[in-house]
Amino acid sequence: MSKMLAIRLMRLVVTVIVVSFVTFVGTNVLPGDPVNALIPIDAQQDREFVEQIREEWGLNDPMVVRYGRWLGDAVQGDLGRSLVTGQPVTDEITHRLPITFELMAVAVGFSLLIAVPLGAFTGYREGRRSDRLISGLAQAGLSLPVFVTGLILIYVFALRLHWFPAVGWNRLSDGLGPNLKSVALPALSLAITEIAVYTRVLRSDMIATLKENYILSARAKGLTDRFILFRHGLRPSLLTLVTVVGLNIGFLIGGSLVIEYLFAIPGLGKRLFSAIQQRDFMMVQAITVLITVFYVIVNTATDLVYMVVDPRIRRTN
Amino acid sequence: MAVSEEPTYTSTSSESMGGSEILRVEDLHTSFFLPIGELQAVRGVSFSLKRGRSLGIVGESGSGKSVLARSIMCLNLGSNVKTSGSAFFDGRDLLSLSRREMRRLWGTEIAMIFQDPMTSLNPMVKIGRQVIEHLRQHKNVNRREAKQTALDLLNEVRIPEAESRIDRLPHELSGGMRQRVSIASALACEPSLLFADEPTTALDVTVQHQILNLLSREQRQRNMTMVMVTHDLGVIAGRTDDTLVMYAGKVVEQASTDEIFEKTQHPYTEALMRSIPRTTHASHTPLAAITGRPPVATHLPAGCAFSPRCPYVQPKCHEEDPPLVSIGTSGHKSACWYPVGSDANREAFERNLSDRLPQTLAVAESLDADQSSGIPAGLPDGGIA
Repeated sequence: MSKMLAIRLMRLVVTVIVVSFVTFVGTNVLPGDPVNALIPIDAQQDREFVEQIREEWGLNDPMVVRYGRWLGDAVQGDLGRSLVTGQPVTDEITHRLPITFELMAVAVGFSLLIAVPLGAFTGYREGRRSDRLISGLAQAGLSLPVFVTGLILIYVFALRLHWFPAVGWNRLSDGLGPNLKSVALPALSLAITEIAVYTRVLRSDMIATLKENYILSARAKGLTDRFILFRHGLRPSLLTLVTVVGLNIGFLIGGSLVIEYLFAIPGLGKRLFSAIQQRDFMMVQAITVLITVFYVIVNTATDLVYMVVDPRIRRTN
Repeated sequence: MAVSEEPTYTSTSSESMGGSEILRVEDLHTSFFLPIGELQAVRGVSFSLKRGRSLGIVGESGSGKSVLARSIMCLNLGSNVKTSGSAFFDGRDLLSLSRREMRRLWGTEIAMIFQDPMTSLNPMVKIGRQVIEHLRQHKNVNRREAKQTALDLLNEVRIPEAESRIDRLPHELSGGMRQRVSIASALACEPSLLFADEPTTALDVTVQHQILNLLSREQRQRNMTMVMVTHDLGVIAGRTDDTLVMYAGKVVEQASTDEIFEKTQHPYTEALMRSIPRTTHASHTPLAAITGRPPVATHLPAGCAFSPRCPYVQPKCHEEDPPLVSIGTSGHKSACWYPVGSDANREAFERNLSDRLPQTLAVAESLDADQSSGIPAGLPDGGIA
């Protein structure tokens, strides 16, 4: 167990170095001079001034040297300064990260809360009317793009019913109520697709599990259907779901970018988008690395969840 | 059901005679409705079983023996399965009970042991819990009491060091141990009727022997009624009181197990016995396999279902399905126009031999092999586990 975590940690370090280096090279070979982000257009004609700025920001050093300097600072928690605002990148990220994180956690938590019972139930009722209805709805939810569901939710729950704010964000420090109100609609928009995916995945595994002999032998013991479904059927059907959830949390970062724009939420996704537009390389670099770290952590967490779900994996480790 | 049709077995074994009837199956039919057509898995089976006795149901794969057992237990779940007829257990027709009523009988009055203990135990649940959950479902016991009872049961089925094994997962035990766990679980609520569906088929030969002994012992000690479903006549030889031989969803022969072996009536039963390997045969003697394959249950042949493979087949067999009729007074029944040992049977054999019918030639060949080793045909020599 601890050995596995140590290996994972080493893999995390290697992955972060590789990804950050590739991003660094990528942003540097892209056309467009970062200096252009630093100074106004009329000043860009002044060769001497440009040269001075380049010297000041260390842009004239070889790429490897610059990367090494960035990495050295990054290890100490300093991700550099934004080329656009001049503010420390670390500050901005620590400000925005909790917002994106909360959005994703609520979206994933909510979708699992709905999808697990729904998937188990539809698998159990395979082919019946209730299954066909729910599976049909799931199919519809799956085919709706996230910004469409977002717009529909804004229209219905914000503009018509006035239950939730249409846009904007209230921090947790503004109180739990307002915070939850502002997270509800964006998280729900993200969750609808997730619910559809998770329900379908669990349903098909559930159908396969319920055909197993041990389900028949559990029936022959006279156990109730609900007990059989949740005690004998659910656990063996969860492995694909865990895999898909792990992968989807990665994709959600992309999904949350759209949602953050739509709902005007000051999260990381929104910042990454503007940073790319403005060629704010330091910011792009930092957020990319952060997403990478997040991805690897989610992957490791997925493997740990496998162990929780399947005792056979726990025993062999 | 007419009284005269009631099977009244006289067995050479004296024990558990004269008990009351615990199970009576009447004209049971089970069909699966598949895209390719109706699959008649069980086609009109009737038998009765007295309390404390054991019955072996024998037949090849696809003969309908497992489906029969599951039909009686109402365990053929699915919207495409249809069962008709009746199965009276203690006077109540199981086939007319609701799911809820049936669930109260499952595991308490009627229990079942399945073929493969790897797949019939949940691979993700500790073996102890699989016994405990059964106890807690039906008995008003707390966790600690249930665990103690489970331990007693595991000890009873001879699982060594049960205390340390109770928290193991199924894959951490051997096949034989797993089947012992299944047996412990099936016995947990002291059922009066136990179905064992090929309980030893997935096990090593030496382990098979131990498991069968365990089942026989438990059956005797608990005065439990047992139905043993198997494809292996060797499994029931000398173990069950009565035997029912099934072919293509029908009973082709039924009698006390001793009678089945001593006075075989049906050519299919005879063929099954011939295919048991014998220790007295010279090594490398080919097995006397039954020529051909069992019929596909969606496309059954006209007349007797065994006719395409029968070495004694006559034109009449292709036209008319022989009924199951009593032979003598001992309750021995068989469904054949030309029963083994009769003059008509010998004449049919000679006729088919001169017509060079492939399945008849194959039998003649294996008879020659038997004669050269001095074993009379059709009788097992007891060299079976």
